[in-house]
Amino acid sequence: MALKIIADECTSCGACEFECPNAAISSKGGTYVIKASACTECDGDATKCQAVCPVEGCIVQG
Amino acid sequence: MSSNVVPLTSITRSRPVSEVAPAVGGGCSSSSCGSSDAQGDMPAHIWEKVKDHPCYSEQAHHYFARMHVAVAPACNIQCNYCNRKYDCANESRPGVTSEKLTPEQAARKVVAVANKVPQLSVLGIAGPGDSMFDWRHTSATFREVSKVLPDLKFCVSTNGLALPDHVDELAEHNIDHVTITINMVDPEIGALIYPWIYFKGKRYTGVEGARILHERQMEGLERLTEKGILTKINSVMIPGINDQHLLEVNAAIKARGAFLHNVMPLISDAAHGTAFGLSGQRGPKPAELKDIQDKLAGGANLMRHCRQCRADAVGMLGEDLSQDFTLDKIPEMPSYDPEPRRLYREVVERERADHNKAVAVAEAELAETVEEAPRKLVAICTKGGGRINQHFGHAQEFQIFEVDAKGVRFSGHRKADNYCVGGYGDDDKLDVVLAALEGIDTVFVAKIGRCPKDDLKKAGIEAVDLYPFEYIETAVAAWYAERFGTRTESASIA
Ligand code: SF4
Ligand code: SF4
Repeated sequence: MALKIIADECTSCGACEFECPNAAISSKGGTYVIKASACTECDGDATKCQAVCPVEGCIVQG
Repeated sequence: MSSNVVPLTSITRSRPVSEVAPAVGGGCSSSSCGSSDAQGDMPAHIWEKVKDHPCYSEQAHHYFARMHVAVAPACNIQCNYCNRKYDCANESRPGVTSEKLTPEQAARKVVAVANKVPQLSVLGIAGPGDSMFDWRHTSATFREVSKVLPDLKFCVSTNGLALPDHVDELAEHNIDHVTITINMVDPEIGALIYPWIYFKGKRYTGVEGARILHERQMEGLERLTEKGILTKINSVMIPGINDQHLLEVNAAIKARGAFLHNVMPLISDAAHGTAFGLSGQRGPKPAELKDIQDKLAGGANLMRHCRQCRADAVGMLGEDLSQDFTLDKIPEMPSYDPEPRRLYREVVERERADHNKAVAVAEAELAETVEEAPRKLVAICTKGGGRINQHFGHAQEFQIFEVDAKGVRFSGHRKADNYCVGGYGDDDKLDVVLAALEGIDTVFVAKIGRCPKDDLKKAGIEAVDLYPFEYIETAVAAWYAERFGTRTESASIA
């Protein structure tokens, strides 16, 4: 159960990194990635990374 | 005496109000007050803070340079005039991507620029996202830079949503200027501009989101005012959506202590991929912009010289040297030399005094020679310093001045570069210029070629090249007096 970031869509703004309550998101070589083992999909709440990401369709079901 | 000719002496020592106060009626009310000019009706303690700030003081923008560093890419709202794949379209031009820097890289860049550009007086963080939402990067940058350049002024721009959370820290960082972009005070209108906001871990859309944004903006502004931090409000004018509503915005922000209101035209082009660009929402014409600015002139001080810089802009307003200072062109850790900036300040003090004298002389000449004459708008080609010092062919924009029997006053800028008016080719340059000069039939240039001069003439515009390198006010007053003067020297009754 984890989300993933489509690298081509990501603007590398870093907003999702701030917001993830589980520190699952980090910058790797210029773009951001979600560490699947750390992502809990926000435990059933609205997913924060998707809520803040400015690009529709950038963060999707992994 | 109109507001743009308050001599520098009035800034440093107190004078009777009657001498300093701008003329009423045709002078101040219909033209640019306060910091569109020199001190104007601005209280002394505020003028002291803004007089060397090119973005806040119309006079300073002739002399001082600012730079922005793009250290804050994360944003917490979505605007219909912005495509997040590029920079924020409000604080920087849309469709451009700034060089994103870490706070350490930003400090390196600032030192390199300070060594080469002695005019530098302000460092701003305006994105490309939101400086307050991305506060970690913003505050780290200020910390790094102030270690090396403690006398540099800092300013930040924000959409206001995260602002109330950081007002105390702003005061600690000695940031005495904040710009908030406020496009509405009515959430119904806000919903047409902001599809969503992200607040406290959740996304809010429509009127609900716009209401939260509005409330946070007002709260942030009020708290800044309490702290004595100067706040400028930027509004993007969107025809058919918030154009007339900006009068209400102006009243609301004035009541909460904003010291300056800057109305900027929406820049809209389908090629930028913004929601407004794709929906065909147009930006305002120069005349429409001026109309709103004139209506607002009685409210909060209005700013007319904004150029909508990019988030990584470097240089005097209207100029962008950022390509000369990309990271690969900057030494590892340049050492800072304060001497050029100190010397430059001395020169500016002298030049400002000289300029103010010239303006006073020009006014006296108008008072003596012109009795009743129509107010005219004229366009100027200038590179700064308050002089007519640019070749017509190099002009990317025009400074617009208003002249009547009471004096010569700055009125605004009109862009005429290909980019901003929608990316036309060179062939259409003349069309672009003519569109920018709508309603104006005289343009002052340092020099102009025969062909363009004839082309302008065919379009009913006279290019005046008789006053190269003169102060703008001196030249415009001389030209106006010659054309509309009714009294001759001998016939004039004092
Ligand atoms: S869904 Fe939640 S936990 Fe997973 S990466 Fe996004 S913010 Fe973090
Ligand atoms: S918020 Fe979206 S665009 Fe920004 S870094 Fe995260 S995935 Fe990329």
